[in-house]
Amino acid sequence: MAEFSIDRFVDRYAERTSGMSASEVRALFAVAARPEVVSLAGGMPYVEALPARAVLEVATQVLGELGPTALQYGGGQGQLALRDRAVMLMAEEGVDADPADVVITTGAQQALDLLGKIFIDPGDMIAVEAPAYVGALTAFAAYQPRFLTIELDDEGMIVEQLERAIVRGERPTFVYTVPNFGNPAGVTMSGRRRDQLVALCRETGIPIIEDNPYGLLRFEGEPLPCLRSLDPRNVIYLGTVSKTFSPGVRVGWALADPSVIQRLVLAKEAADLCGSNLTMLLTERWFSDDDRWRTALAGLVDTYRSRRDAMLGALDEHFPSTAAWTHPSGGFYVWVTLPDWSDTTAMLAAAVERRVAYVPGTAFYPDGRGGDRMRLAYCYPTEDRIREGVARLAALFEDEERLYRSLHGS
Amino acid sequence: MRIAVLAGGRTPERDVSLRSGHRMTLSLGELGHEAWLLDPGETQLVEALGERPPDLCWLALHGKEGEDGTVQRLLDLLEIAYTGTAAFDCEVAFDKVLAKDALKRAGVPTPPWVVIEGWALRDLGGGAALGKAVERIGLPCVVKPSRSGSALGVSFVEREADLPQAVMAALSFSGAALIEAKVEGREVAAALAGRDLEPLPIVEIVPKDGPYDYAARYTAGATEYFCPARLSDAASAAVGELAGKTAGALRLRDLTRVDLMVDTNDRPWVLEVNVSPGMTETSLVPMAAQVQGRTLSDLCDSVLRSVAMRA
Repeated sequence: MAEFSIDRFVDRYAERTSGMSASEVRALFAVAARPEVVSLAGGMPYVEALPARAVLEVATQVLGELGPTALQYGGGQGQLALRDRAVMLMAEEGVDADPADVVITTGAQQALDLLGKIFIDPGDMIAVEAPAYVGALTAFAAYQPRFLTIELDDEGMIVEQLERAIVRGERPTFVYTVPNFGNPAGVTMSGRRRDQLVALCRETGIPIIEDNPYGLLRFEGEPLPCLRSLDPRNVIYLGTVSKTFSPGVRVGWALADPSVIQRLVLAKEAADLCGSNLTMLLTERWFSDDDRWRTALAGLVDTYRSRRDAMLGALDEHFPSTAAWTHPSGGFYVWVTLPDWSDTTAMLAAAVERRVAYVPGTAFYPDGRGGDRMRLAYCYPTEDRIREGVARLAALFEDEERLYRSLHGS
Repeated sequence: MRIAVLAGGRTPERDVSLRSGHRMTLSLGELGHEAWLLDPGETQLVEALGERPPDLCWLALHGKEGEDGTVQRLLDLLEIAYTGTAAFDCEVAFDKVLAKDALKRAGVPTPPWVVIEGWALRDLGGGAALGKAVERIGLPCVVKPSRSGSALGVSFVEREADLPQAVMAALSFSGAALIEAKVEGREVAAALAGRDLEPLPIVEIVPKDGPYDYAARYTAGATEYFCPARLSDAASAAVGELAGKTAGALRLRDLTRVDLMVDTNDRPWVLEVNVSPGMTETSLVPMAAQVQGRTLSDLCDSVLRSVAMRA
C-alpha cells in the first residue's frame, strides 16, 4: 500500500501558512473574470482612461534616456527623485514630509507586509477596522497576530470602542485604518473621529498606520486633514500611485519616523533588494509634468464619480428597502448590508451564474463575520454595465428572499 | 491521430480542468499523437474545430457543459468522436437526482436522499416540507447541489437549524438540492478505464481536518490518500463489484471514477460518479494508475482503444 500526500512537504510548512487554502470563492472568481460577467468584484483602476500616447512617451523617454539606470538594481529606499514626487503628492493632501523619511515599496501592499514583519510577533494584538481592507488582513495574518476589530459607522472607526478595549487593558501593537473612502466600506472618517483617534493613540503610545490610497479620488466636499498631519510623530502613512496613475507600476511608499524607515528599508532589502528602477523612473517621469498628471487624475475622478452615481442610482431603483448601503464621496466602493439571514458567500455562485460578481463580506473580517454584507466596486465597469449588474443582483436577491421565506415558513 | 483536448470552459472548475487538459495533451503527445489543447472558454468551439479538425476530441472539461452532455451533444451533431460517456448518459450521470434514481432502480446501494427543487421552494411553499426531509433522512446529513462538481456548494449538516442555509447554499449552484443521509466510514474512489472498464486500485481519501470539501480537494497536503485503500479483501471486492455495477447501470464509458463510502460494516454505498474525472497531478485517477504501475500515457492508450473499438 502506498500512502500519498499530494504535497510531500506538508509537514514542513510554517504554522503561518495554515490559513492559506483553496476556496470556492476563488474558484468562482476565475469565472467572474470572464467578459460576459459584470464584475462588481475587483477594485481595478480604470487605467484605460489614461492617455496612452502620453504614457508611451514617458516610457520611451525612460528607456531612451535612462536605459542603463532603468535596467539596473537600485537602492533599498527607492530613488530620491521619486521620493520627492511622493512628498509632492502627500503635500496635495496637506501632509508635510521629508523625502529622507520615505521608503518606496512595491505598492503600498508591500509596506503593509513589511510593517507586519517589523511590528508583529505571533500573538500580538493589532487593531483593525471592521470591515477592513482584505489585503491588509492577509498581509498581517501571516505574522500571526490576534485581531481587535473596531466597528465602523458612517463617521468611520468608532473610536470609543477602541478606547473601551484600552480601558479593559488591551494594548494593540498598532491601529490600522483607511480613513478616506475606505475599502470596502467607502466610508470616510469624520474630523471629530480623526481628532479622537489621534489623541487616544498619542496618549497611549499606540502607533497608527494610516493607509490612504483613495484620498485624491474625492468626488465632492472638502478634504479632511490626514491623520499624519494631525500627529506626524505617531502616524505611519502609506501612499500609492495605484489609483492616481497605475497599479501596474507597483509603486507605493511609507512615510514614518527615521527609526521606522530604517527598519522598513532593511526589511525591504531582505525581501526584494529594491523596487523596480524601470517602473520607479516611469512613475517619477509621469508625475514630473504637473499638467499631465493633474489632467489625467481629474479625468479619472470624473469617470469614477459618474460610475458611483450610476451605482447608487441603480441601487435606489432596484434594491429592496430591506437592504442598506453606503454613499461614498470618493474612492471605489459601495458596501451593501442585506438582511441578517443572507449569506453572500453562498449566493456568489448563483450571482456568477447570472453573470454578475461581487466580493462577499466575510473577506473583510478576520473573525468570519460579514455574511450578510457585500462589496460592490464601481471603478471598472461602464455605467451601463454597472446598472445591468446591479439589476441582476437585485433580481437574484429577490429570489433568495423568496427561498428564505419558504424555508422559514413566513 | 489528431486529438483536440477540450479543457477549461466556463465553470468554477475551469482551472482544474485546464490542469487536467494540459497533462492529457502531454501524455497523448508521448504516444505519438498530434494533440492540442482547446479551451471552449476562450475560443468558439465549433469554429476552432472547423479550422483545425481533429479525429477525436478528448474531453477533459469538468462541471456543467463539459460533463452534463452539452458538449457531447454538440460533438454528436458535428460527427466528431469523443472520449467518455455518451451525451444522454452524461446528462443522467452528472445530475445526482437522476443518477441516484437510476442507481436505485438498478439495485445499487446509494445513501437515502430526498430532493428539494428551488422552484418548489420559491413558488410552491416547499419550505414547509423541510421537516419531512429531516424525518426521512435523519441527521447528520449532507446537502448537495444536484448538478455541480468538486464538492462545490456541498454542506455537512449536524443540526436541523442549519439545514435551510445549507439548502440555500446548494441551490446557489443548481436548480435542485439533495438532502442525503451521511454515511460514516471510509471515503474511497474507484476508477475504471478502457473498453471493459477495468478497475484501477481503489484510493482511500482521508482529509486531515473536516470533510472532503473543495478546500480539502484542492489545497495540496490538506488530504491524505492511501492506495490501495485500507479495506478488507471482502470490502475491496465489494467496492470493485459495485463500481462495475454502477458503470453498467449508468452506461459509463472509457474512463470514469465512482466515489463511494464504505460504512463501518464494510458495506459500500455509491455517492456519485464522474464522467470526466480530474487528471491533474493531484487527482485520484492518475494516482491509482501509478500504483498499478501504469503511466498516464498507457491509461490514455486504453481509452483511445476503447473509443476506436466503438467506432
